[in-house]
Amino acid sequence: MSAHDRIAELVKKNDVVLFMKGTALFPQCGFSSRAIAILDRLEAKYETVDVLQDAEIRHGIKEYSEWPTIPQLYVRGEFVGGSDIMMEMFESGELQELLAAAA
Amino acid sequence: MPMAASEIEQLIKAAIPDAEIAIRDLAGDGDHYAARVVSKSFAGMSRIKQHQTVYSALGGRVGGELHALQLETAVPQPENI
Repeated sequence: MSAHDRIAELVKKNDVVLFMKGTALFPQCGFSSRAIAILDRLEAKYETVDVLQDAEIRHGIKEYSEWPTIPQLYVRGEFVGGSDIMMEMFESGELQELLAAAA
Repeated sequence: MPMAASEIEQLIKAAIPDAEIAIRDLAGDGDHYAARVVSKSFAGMSRIKQHQTVYSALGGRVGGELHALQLETAVPQPENI
């Protein structure tokens, strides 16, 4: 299966999924850590994919979304953004709405 | 490889001529920046599209030679136009 197909399956199978460096418990990058902090603050139910454990996904995800950095949040199969956009949406209340609709 | 803030500004300006750009060097190492980019051309674009426009102006450097660019984009407020 190609990286693209594996990613497509992951975002389809999980309502809320964060591609990140490290795990929710041990994020390996400040931006991934910030993304987790936002999701936890909203008490969201989410899955994570550690791109450091999977080189194919790590490179593939950047092409999949045409987005050069990690973390990347997907809700119901749609790319939402990285940690900056998550923070903006958290502050405006949009992320709460989006996640509530996904729950 | 570190990049100068002025170089980042020039690249963005070349692709988005009306952009108002503010750049901060977060760690003082030429590798972690925060940029705020305000442009009329962002009107009607989703946030993702606005950020992608800036990333593409930087021609693949973000995530590569430029490790971290904390990005904020906006359309000018009416009173500033």
